[in-house]
Amino acid sequence: MATILAVDDSASMRQMVSFTLKGAGYTVIEAEDGQKALDKAKGSAVDLVLTDVNMPVMDGIELVRNLRTLPAYKFTPILMLTTESAGDKKVQGKNAGATGWLVKPFNPEQLLATIKKVMG
Amino acid sequence: MSVDLSQFHQVFFEESYEGLDVMESALLNIDVSAIDDETINEIFRAAHSIKGGSGTFGFKEIAEFTHVVETLLDLIRSDQFEMKTDHVDLFLESVDCIRTMINQFESGTSCDMGIAGELKVAFNVLLDADNTKDSGDIDADSKVDESHDGSSGSDGWKIYFKPELDILRTGNDAVRMFRELSELGELSVIAVIDEIPSIADIDPESCYMAWNLTLLGSATEAQVNEVFEWVVDDSDLVITPAGLQSDVLEPVKNIAASEQTVASENEKSVPSAKAEKNKVAEKEVKPSVTKKVVAKKEAKTENASIRVGTDKIDDLINMVGELVITQSMLSELGKDFSIENMPKLMEGLAQLSMHTRELQENVMRIRMLPISFAFSRFPRLVHDMSKNLNKKVELVLLGEQTELDKTVMERIGDPLVHLVRNSLDHGLELPEKRLAAGKDETGKITLNAFHQGGNIIIQIIDDGGGLNKERILSKAIENGLVSESDTLTDDQINDLVFLPGFSTAEAVTDISGRGVGMDVVRRNIQELNGSVEVESTEGKGSVFTIRLPLTLAILDGQLISVGEQVYIFPLVSIVESIQTQDHMIHRVSGGCDVLRLRKEYIPIVKLWDVFNVKPKHETVDNGLLVIVEGDNIKIAVLVDDLLGQQQVVIKSIRENYRPVHGVSGATILGDGTVSLILDISGLIKLAGVGRDTYKNISDTNDIEAA
Repeated sequence: MATILAVDDSASMRQMVSFTLKGAGYTVIEAEDGQKALDKAKGSAVDLVLTDVNMPVMDGIELVRNLRTLPAYKFTPILMLTTESAGDKKVQGKNAGATGWLVKPFNPEQLLATIKKVMG
Repeated sequence: MSVDLSQFHQVFFEESYEGLDVMESALLNIDVSAIDDETINEIFRAAHSIKGGSGTFGFKEIAEFTHVVETLLDLIRSDQFEMKTDHVDLFLESVDCIRTMINQFESGTSCDMGIAGELKVAFNVLLDADNTKDSGDIDADSKVDESHDGSSGSDGWKIYFKPELDILRTGNDAVRMFRELSELGELSVIAVIDEIPSIADIDPESCYMAWNLTLLGSATEAQVNEVFEWVVDDSDLVITPAGLQSDVLEPVKNIAASEQTVASENEKSVPSAKAEKNKVAEKEVKPSVTKKVVAKKEAKTENASIRVGTDKIDDLINMVGELVITQSMLSELGKDFSIENMPKLMEGLAQLSMHTRELQENVMRIRMLPISFAFSRFPRLVHDMSKNLNKKVELVLLGEQTELDKTVMERIGDPLVHLVRNSLDHGLELPEKRLAAGKDETGKITLNAFHQGGNIIIQIIDDGGGLNKERILSKAIENGLVSESDTLTDDQINDLVFLPGFSTAEAVTDISGRGVGMDVVRRNIQELNGSVEVESTEGKGSVFTIRLPLTLAILDGQLISVGEQVYIFPLVSIVESIQTQDHMIHRVSGGCDVLRLRKEYIPIVKLWDVFNVKPKHETVDNGLLVIVEGDNIKIAVLVDDLLGQQQVVIKSIRENYRPVHGVSGATILGDGTVSLILDISGLIKLAGVGRDTYKNISDTNDIEAA
């Protein structure tokens, strides 16, 4: 089954996302900021990245930009979890190379539906 | 699959409290004249996380309120709004408000939105004045897609889709979209390959294709739009209702021509639909603000979890590994043991004891938290209080990384607050008075924590007026706590402030109340096996020193024996042990013996008498005396023998049986017998010695009052 890298600085969100995905059979790697996610991404084969936008150390947009420079992550789907009501973060994310987004707050069902949409 | 979100609530509450603490301390550090970007970002991120989490976990009220706070923070962050001192206070109030709301959700009580409502109005006034951003609805975006619901192609849709060249580099895949469309109805796909360049010019990572799609069935336009949601901004996308005619193969160019008009129509309709939706959403949201939250059935699990650094866990695992190796070595040795192997056995046992001790220390470390957890509330407290009292105060925190057991930390919070309030209110003088006394007009309160032996010492130091000894003494005489004929040392006078019902404050303020708290402070600290004392120099300030054990679970003990019984003294309370000689013992009337030691008279307590056991050595003459100290009172305890010193695990008698005077707990010794741990203060009371003159009076007062 596919491996998903879930990145969020909030422990509760990370737990919720991870629990939901594991329940659906995915393998989940967790990271609490962009830098840690980048380090973990380099060391593992990831099929999809789910990342929060606002994070300390390295934010989600910077993470996307950095991931796209890695050959292994050139075409990997990267979804942003965004609460921004304004669309500027989405645009910034898209420009950095993000695949799409999921707007917070979302429930576990919406999360799985979106993942399924991307993973098939 | 359904996921029970309530299992994440506790984590959410905890991280939100942490986030609020971060916001608070960052807000207190803000210098409005030179706002630091990273500080604002930090505050924003914390608010943002709380909003995101509360929305996800179903705490709508918190999400809505935090949204307003976040919106203003975002404006400040992007330099669209100038932050002033008043705004800092407003944010601080919001932090309190969010904390209260989380608290209410956590305890399952109904959520009171009164203050939140008022603050929200204040925020909206600021936001409206700024007028750059709508602050109404928090999830307008998530609903935009549904705003197209109205139109549904009765027979299906014709779609022309030409993605940008770079689509693959964003991880998007046209096939994925076709797969999704095919789930909505019957899909036929025709590829337009006109623009594929010659093989020499082709970049394999670019997408040169376009597609003509026909989707038959009852899918709505919104559903179709949703499929292309992530790529619509960068692609040519034309969606038109499919006519009855099957002219799917209409030339691309014609569609492209009509594209302009359709697209512009779309653009027009989107914003208005969004605005409509916003209005509706706002209406829907409002009733839920006043809605009372139904009490949750779950029992409150207050602070049931603890966060532990992974390094500590790794150490533990490592240690257990060592222990397992030692164990297997020993069991190997035991299989056919011969006396030649004795040195090996001794070595193994030595290792076992070392690993056990290390393991114990590491397990204890898990419960240890830096005292900054307890200190963190003071910047805010001092900020608010000094404003109320019109005093200028600088707070200095030292030794914030000093670690302390979590339980001790939780229970020392209130006494600390009381002492700091006391120093602020009674200790520090008003600026005028300070200037007149030749001091800096800004008073200084220092909180200092450090380790000393097996204890943690916390000091509350102020450079205020100090304790007024004459006033304390006259007040004590007035209240009948001491008689005029008593001669008290300075320390004893200072100590009077810890007696019940004592206050020298001329005016009762709402801050330190009626001064009845100091006895409670002392009692709380004593319950933690700690002590508190005060040193003071008039005109220079006071130092309150709290001494606490690092943990409540383990104690360094001195084993002593009386007859058949073994008792334990806490090692920290022992001053010295001596073998008596005749000339040291004095008898005073009332049958009490005292020990004269270096010009000091110390009452002697016979342990066998107190606990009614048969001793080996009944009289004081040539007996062994252990001099112990509790509550600043020394007593000499007659014992039969001093045994070893060891760390003992404290088992509560109070919880398992009932409180027993003179005994703070029990422990199980290496040979399996139970031994009582003596409580020195209790023992002093039990034996009826010590500074009882005023203690008895205050006790009788209490009884009369009751």
